[in-house]
Amino acid sequence: MTIGAFGKQPIVLVFTTRLKSLLQQASRGNSREALWGEMMSWTDVKSDLENKGYVASDALAMALYLSITLERPLLLEGAAGVGKTQIAKTLADMRQTNLIRLQCYEGLDSSSAIYEWNYQRQLLSIRASVDSDQQDDIEERIFSEKYLLSRPLLEAIQQEVPPILLIDEIDRADEEFEAFLLEILSDFQISIPELGTVNAVSKPLVVLTANGARDLSDALRRRCIYSYVDYPDRVTELAILNKRQPDINARLAEQIVGFVQALRREELEKKPGIAETLDWAAAISGLGINDLSDDPVTLQASLVCLLKTQADQAAIPTEIALRLVGKAA
Amino acid sequence: MPVTQFPTRADGVADRMAGFISHLRLNGINVGVAETETALLALDAINPLEPEQTRLALKSICANDADRYARFDELYNAYWYARGRRRDRNQTAKEAPKEKDRWSNRSLLDNALQTSGGGTKDTPDSNPDGDSEAEQSGDGKLIASTMFNINKADLREFMKSEDLARAQQVAEQIARQIRDKRSRRRRAARRGATLDLRRIARKSVASGGEPLHLFKRQKPDRPVHLVALLDVSGSMTVYARVFLAFLKGLIAADQRTDAYLFHTQLVRISDALRDGDTFRAVNRLSMMAQGFGGGTKIGTNLDLFNQQYAANMVNGRSVVIILSDGYDTDPPEKIAAALSRLKKRGCKIIWLNPLKGWKDYQPVAKGMAAALPHLDLFAAANTLDDLSALEPHLARL
Repeated sequence: MTIGAFGKQPIVLVFTTRLKSLLQQASRGNSREALWGEMMSWTDVKSDLENKGYVASDALAMALYLSITLERPLLLEGAAGVGKTQIAKTLADMRQTNLIRLQCYEGLDSSSAIYEWNYQRQLLSIRASVDSDQQDDIEERIFSEKYLLSRPLLEAIQQEVPPILLIDEIDRADEEFEAFLLEILSDFQISIPELGTVNAVSKPLVVLTANGARDLSDALRRRCIYSYVDYPDRVTELAILNKRQPDINARLAEQIVGFVQALRREELEKKPGIAETLDWAAAISGLGINDLSDDPVTLQASLVCLLKTQADQAAIPTEIALRLVGKAA
Repeated sequence: MPVTQFPTRADGVADRMAGFISHLRLNGINVGVAETETALLALDAINPLEPEQTRLALKSICANDADRYARFDELYNAYWYARGRRRDRNQTAKEAPKEKDRWSNRSLLDNALQTSGGGTKDTPDSNPDGDSEAEQSGDGKLIASTMFNINKADLREFMKSEDLARAQQVAEQIARQIRDKRSRRRRAARRGATLDLRRIARKSVASGGEPLHLFKRQKPDRPVHLVALLDVSGSMTVYARVFLAFLKGLIAADQRTDAYLFHTQLVRISDALRDGDTFRAVNRLSMMAQGFGGGTKIGTNLDLFNQQYAANMVNGRSVVIILSDGYDTDPPEKIAAALSRLKKRGCKIIWLNPLKGWKDYQPVAKGMAAALPHLDLFAAANTLDDLSALEPHLARL
C-alpha cells in the first residue's frame, strides 16, 4: 500500500487489493444502495437537490452523500430557519419515499416515539378468552405484534422501502430519550422486552436536526455525520430565492437578498432565516412593489415578515430600514 | 495547488489517516478508531484525488460540533499540507481532556470575555497565565492548593479560563438546585409513573367494571426560573468576566433562564449566551458590553426591565438575581420604587454584591441602602465560596 505525491499531483492513493476487498465487503449487501440506485458522486447529490429546489452548500452535500453511502445518521446543526428540516423533506421528494417525522419536545418518551402496547385491546382479548380453552397461550398472544402500536421510530425501521426519518429538534428532548435513540441509530434495531429484538427491514436515512437548545451527548454526535448549516451567503441566498420564486424580477430579488443580508448583521434578537426571506419576498411582490426604496411606509409595514419580536421591530425603524436598502443596492 | 507530502516512513493510507486522527485528538477534537474506520470508508466513496472533496468528507466525519466544525479546516491544513509542523498551538495537549466537557463552546465564552472584559487575549506569545501553567503541570498537591486558592481568592483576580470554568460550574449547580423543586403531592397527568386508581375506578364504571382506560399520576414540576441582571458599569468591570461566566452557567442549566446586562442601558443577552456559533456570539457580547466603564443607572434599568420584560419573564415562581455593587447615578428612590414594583409580581429578589465580602463593608451607598428593604437575600459574591454558599439559601426561598 503506497501513498504519496508525485510532482504537482494532489494526493494519490493506491489501495492494496486487501484493503480494497475489505472496503468492498463493507459496502456489499447494501440494500439501500441497490434500492436508491447507483449513487454517482456527491456532486450528483448537490445537483439532484438543486433540481428539487434546495440549494445546498458543498459541505452539506458532502455530508449528505457520505451519510447515504456509509449509512450513518446525519446530524445538522444551525440557527433556526436555515433549512435544516427542509432538507429532509427535499430528500424524501427526491427519492420518492416516505418521510417519517418525529418532532421532539421536552418530556417525549419512548411510548410516544418508539412503541406502546395496545392496552385496551389486550384487555378485551383477555376478557373474551376467559371462557374459552385457549387460556394457556393468552400471554403469548397479547404480547404479539398484533397488539403493538408502532410509533414513528419503530415504524421507520419496518418499512419495505427505506424512508427518510427526520428527528427534528433532538436537543429539545430529554437526555433519556437520546439514550433510547443510540440503539436505533447504531444498530437499527429496537428491543422490546416482551417480544424480543425487532430488526430493521430496511435502514432508513436518518436526519437529526438541532439548534443548540442543549448540548448533545458525545455518544450521539460520534455516531453521526455532522454538518453545521449557516445562513447562506448572498449568492446562495439569491439562488434559493430565484429557485423558489422565479417570478420576482432580478433587480428586486437582488435588493431583497441584500436587505436581508444587511439585516442579519444588525443587532437582533432573532435573525431572519431563509423561510422569512421567502415569505417577505412573496409579500413584497404581492404588494406590487418594484423597488424597495419607493415606498418607505409599506416597506416598514412589510417588515413584520422578517422581524418576529417586539424588540427587533423597535430596533429597525424606517430610517434604518432605508439605510439598509441603500446598502443593499 | 497545495500538495500533501508523505514521509517515507508512513505506512500507507491507513497509517496516515490514523496519524491525522491522533493529530485531531491532540488538538482537542475527541475522535477515535471508529472515526478512522469511517474516514477510510469515506475515502473509498469519494474521489480522494480531489483535495477539496477529501477535506469536506473528513470534516463531516471528524468535526462533530459547531466549535470543532469552525476549527477543522485549520487543523486539516496543518496536518496534510505542512507535514504536521503547524500545530494549532492555541490548543495545547494539556487542554485536550477538557473537551469532553458538556460545554463545548466554552472557548466561545472565554474569547467573549477576553474581548469584553478588557483582558489580554491568550496567544502563545503573550500568555498571561504562562507561569501558572508550569505550576499546574506539577504534582497533585500543587493542584489541590491552587483549587483551594481559587475558592478563596477575590473574584477580581479571576482571569484564567479554568477559573471561569469553575465559576460556570458553580452557577450550573446553583441553577439546578433552584430549578428542581418538586412537589410532594401527585397529580393527575397524561403521563406518569404511577396509576391514578381513583380515576381508573371511577371511569371503569362506564365500561362495566373493566379498567379500560388507564390514568396516571405524577409529581408535578414546579419549575422556578431564574432571571439574572448583571451590572457591567465601570466599578464592576473587574468582576464582569467571571460574572458573565456565572451567567453562562445559569443559562446552561435551564431553558427558561433569562439574562440581562446593564450599564446605562439594558440589553438582553440570553440568546447571545446560548448562541452556538462562536464568532457570532463573541461579536455580540463584545458589542453589548460597549458601555463598559460608563456610569450606572440601576434604577432606570430596573424600570425598563419592569416595563419591557417583567410581564413575560417574571411571575410568582421567579427568582430575580441582581449582580451589582449598588453604586448608582440615579436617585435612590428610583431603585426602591422599581424594586417594589418588581416585587409585586410575587418574585424573590436576590442581590449579590461583590463588595459585601469585603471587611467592614456597610451598605451605605444610597442606592444599596434604598434597595435593602425589598430584598429577600442580600449576599456577598466576591469569592467562589460565597457563590456556592448561596445554594442552601436559594433552595429555601
